[in-house]
Amino acid sequence: MSLIKQTGGFVPRDRSWQPDALTPTYKTSIKRSPQAALLSFPTTLSEETSPVFGHNLIGELDNDLILNYAHAGESAIGPRIIVYGRVLDEMGRGVPGALVEFWQANAGGRYRHKKESYLAALDPNFGGCGRTITAEDGSYEFRTVQPGPYPWPNGMNDWRPAHIHFSLFGHGFAQRLITQMYFEGDPHIKLCPIAGALNNQKAIDALTALLDMHRTVPMDSRAFKFDIVLRGQRQTYFENRKEGL
Amino acid sequence: MVQKLEYLRESPSQTAGPYVHIGCMPNFTGIDAYGGDLGTHMKTGPVQGQEITITGIVYDGMNTPLRDAMIEIWQPDAAGLFPSANETRGQPDPNFTGWGRSPGDSSTGEFAFHTVKPGAVPYPDGRMQAPHITAWVVARGINIGLHTRIYFEDEVDSNAADPILSRIEHPSRIPTLLAKKTGEGAYRFDIYLQGPNETIFFDI
Repeated sequence: MSLIKQTGGFVPRDRSWQPDALTPTYKTSIKRSPQAALLSFPTTLSEETSPVFGHNLIGELDNDLILNYAHAGESAIGPRIIVYGRVLDEMGRGVPGALVEFWQANAGGRYRHKKESYLAALDPNFGGCGRTITAEDGSYEFRTVQPGPYPWPNGMNDWRPAHIHFSLFGHGFAQRLITQMYFEGDPHIKLCPIAGALNNQKAIDALTALLDMHRTVPMDSRAFKFDIVLRGQRQTYFENRKEGL
Repeated sequence: MVQKLEYLRESPSQTAGPYVHIGCMPNFTGIDAYGGDLGTHMKTGPVQGQEITITGIVYDGMNTPLRDAMIEIWQPDAAGLFPSANETRGQPDPNFTGWGRSPGDSSTGEFAFHTVKPGAVPYPDGRMQAPHITAWVVARGINIGLHTRIYFEDEVDSNAADPILSRIEHPSRIPTLLAKKTGEGAYRFDIYLQGPNETIFFDI
């Protein structure tokens, strides 16, 4: 079993494609955005290494939000969906062994959190969190209910599009990424100051999952495809690379 | 035939929002899951080197503590080896994970990491970097996670020779990257998102 013998630097992040820190229409960013220029330098071992998360970390229902918080014999309320895709790097290579964590509001648009103030009902059978580890080809999938849009205190009447939050942990700390997945056709996307922080329709499209009728489970769940791209690294990938490393 | 470079673009970042703890530290929010939150314990047994605790608060531009942030750190062990699959220089401390995740206290915002003082690691050109910890901050209002580093104020000589600290254009900002020693094995590292003490953040 051959392990990676060397680690290469990560390619620079394209800051023009990423959202600016200060996006005033998203009001919280005004006092939480650094004002000084970021300090740039090539990645070092501190950024090119990362902890290992193995498949044995994951429990049987961790990737099933319909059942992982439900009482025995019950299930979460809402449109049942499968979210699936691949975690790739910028060179198009699958990223195996990546930790993918996700969280979301329930079908009514309410989070299970003590600071949540939206009056939509809590679903007693829905916790709202899950996780998985990508397979050898970088693929992942999980089952959940489609979250609802919800109002939030930004403007007088701002609503977040239906979305699922994603946290990604790849092969280097420099790849660390948190993002959100939106749903194809949601009219709230173009009204949302957070999606609008991207200031680029192609970037928003990259976060918009597509309905895939071929991946549905008939009479059960629809499916949405969502690929995620992490930063590329200048290194040799070996075909016999151990899963999860 | 024209050869076109078909690279992909990194997925755009979006804010972690106010409920990042639901997804990354569900037990902290009262959702009992997974048998415990990831990154809570960095030491899984007796560790080599000096055990230290680092505490701090993330402040916004009004000097108000963030109480909905998530802070992650990543560091080598006391010998400077990373507990990582792509560490090839030696065998890292088996009882040290190198990775920590803290939500901060829900009322004060104070985060805490119980870890070990890291060893020095080389820069790509072979020079040694001063002992440091890589830190990453996400929260509501932060559109893309902020990378910074925690160096130690009592590592005077190695800090002076550090290839990154020594390239900082405004030396008055260097202290924003230095954890202050507050006791035996105790360090303080506050993070300022804005203002005269704004922490240096990295584009790496």
